[in-house]
Amino acid sequence: MKTLFKSKLFLLLAISVMLLLTGCGSDTTTGSSEANAGSGGSDKLTIGFSQVGAESEWRTANTESVKSAITDAGHELKFSDAQQKQENQLKAIRDFIAQDVDAIVFSPVVETGFETVLQEAKTAGIPVFLADRAVDIQDDSLWTSFIGSDFVEEGRKAGNWLVEEYKDIEGDVNIVELQGTVGSAPAIDRKEGFEEVLADHPKFKIIKTQTGDFTRSKGKEVMEAFLKDKGEDIDVLFSHNDDMAIGAIQAIEEFGLAPAEDITIIGVDGVKGAFEAMADGKMNVTVECNPLFGEQLVEIIETHLAGEEVEKRIAVEEGVYTMDQAEELLPERKY
Amino acid sequence: MMKSKLFWPIIVLVSILCINLFFDPSFFSIEVRGGHFTGSLVDIANRVTPLLLISIGMTLVIATKGIDLSVGSIVAMSGAMAAFVVGRPGISDDSLAPLFLAIALSIGLALLVGLWNGALVSRVGVQPIVATLILMIAGRGIAQLITNGQITTIYYEPYAFIGAGYLFMVPFSIYIAAAVFILAVLLTRKTAIGLFIESVGANPEASRLAGLNSKNIILMVYVFSGLCAGIGGLILSSNVAAADGNNAGLYYELDAILAVVIGGTTLMGGRFFLMGTVIGALIIQSLTTTIYSIGIPPEVNLVVKAVVVLIVCLLQSPEFRKKFTRVLTFKKMTKKEGVAQP
Repeated sequence: MKTLFKSKLFLLLAISVMLLLTGCGSDTTTGSSEANAGSGGSDKLTIGFSQVGAESEWRTANTESVKSAITDAGHELKFSDAQQKQENQLKAIRDFIAQDVDAIVFSPVVETGFETVLQEAKTAGIPVFLADRAVDIQDDSLWTSFIGSDFVEEGRKAGNWLVEEYKDIEGDVNIVELQGTVGSAPAIDRKEGFEEVLADHPKFKIIKTQTGDFTRSKGKEVMEAFLKDKGEDIDVLFSHNDDMAIGAIQAIEEFGLAPAEDITIIGVDGVKGAFEAMADGKMNVTVECNPLFGEQLVEIIETHLAGEEVEKRIAVEEGVYTMDQAEELLPERKY
Repeated sequence: MMKSKLFWPIIVLVSILCINLFFDPSFFSIEVRGGHFTGSLVDIANRVTPLLLISIGMTLVIATKGIDLSVGSIVAMSGAMAAFVVGRPGISDDSLAPLFLAIALSIGLALLVGLWNGALVSRVGVQPIVATLILMIAGRGIAQLITNGQITTIYYEPYAFIGAGYLFMVPFSIYIAAAVFILAVLLTRKTAIGLFIESVGANPEASRLAGLNSKNIILMVYVFSGLCAGIGGLILSSNVAAADGNNAGLYYELDAILAVVIGGTTLMGGRFFLMGTVIGALIIQSLTTTIYSIGIPPEVNLVVKAVVVLIVCLLQSPEFRKKFTRVLTFKKMTKKEGVAQP
């Protein structure tokens, strides 16, 4: 009985502490709107930006890019961090509507549940721009434009680079593929785009494909198994993200082959680690998945508010970076 | 021999390895490349070490009728802690001091977490599954707090030796796992501690009345489990020279419980089989490597794993084996009768 009481008391304590903690968290979230009543010239816009959160370096770079692009263009920024919670985001958008901003930019935390608030924005005549993530809403008049990465295109770019690189080489080219998390959009789309390009070139053969869950350790483990099985027959590695490629590079080195020389290595994302690997001569190319679309976004907002037509789906300008550019670009990489 | 708890797991392990041989005739070959042994068997032995360490700790916890769900998170925390120390830029490769500081802090944190779990279970009386669930969830948060939610890359060379270095041409992590295993076997089989653990697992109240300090024994196994997970975390993060608070050691607690159960230790507590756990962990890792090397499509990986685990568990069950052999002998008998009739 005594232990029972103790354990209950403990649980109660633990739960109340947790509630207190989460309570603190959500209180402080939307408070960070940088309010400063609009003044100045007629072309100065007030733009509200509701970001998902700060879960990765990629996201942090994205936030920075959008924020600085808005302020650099001389516009007024109202920023709100949703900290991965939809209710924060709904509150933030309603705040933006109440403050009568000129445009709302947001990266939805989840795909559904935004109909009501977007309808409110539409009624108030405020255009909504989706950044990086899409919403799953039947009525697409609720938002103006979606700007984000096109994963299929990233896969195609990787394929095209490979075809170009191997155009003079006769005979079969054996490719191993490290897929992302099974069922995730980037994994499905990047695979699709890559295979689409290679379908026209029968000399390219994907001899092994396996998931590495987008992580370094899995990428390394899977690559180890590939090497033990196929070893020197592998010509090319296509990895759905840079992290898995970095893991695979370690596996290749431990196997006694030279990454980038014996095995051509293609990654996607363009994270700093990939540039470091390329600068060291251990990776051949990375297809960028660019979070720095702030300027492009501001341009679209300006075009739309000037009364011109903008496209519903806009792909981010993304580059393909190779080994010889890496060293030069490394200091500039922000994520 | 067929009565031994180890018999069926060993049969399964050998058959998994033989399936590989069928697809890749060079599967068992071990060659020297780059100054050390390489081969699929070396890979399996090397890759299994974090899981093996965690499973050894888990075996003792389960023997006391407990369970430790927090081990996966301890792996993440320990790796994050090490990366916090050696992952900062500007640490010179010449000095070994940061390495030992990282190891000490990581292991210290793991021990502390184990102590917390043990105290909750033995002193406060929280059920083990609830007590360790707290840190299973919160631990990842702590790990991300340490790494700022980013994947920290470690450029400090000496740190890589723990998980990716070689000693006498054999991966160093294998020595670590072997040392912990031998330590656990000596402690539990050459001293009375093993008997105490089994006794507490079978009946804590009777053990207490017989004069055993049940509470301290329970506390000790959780601390040991934390220690094992901490070392596992060091190996895992050192192997890829990075700390990932989100994904390091994800679902390891489930794999570890599976390894223990495959090895013949029951979740009801009491008798435990460390050697069985080793075989169990090896089965899980060989299966993973097999899936990668024979090219099973990623979409069905988990199904294949589940089927193999099901077969192992069925083979482990005496009831099932009895029924199975009865069906076989029955068939034989009817056949013989059929021949005799005309």
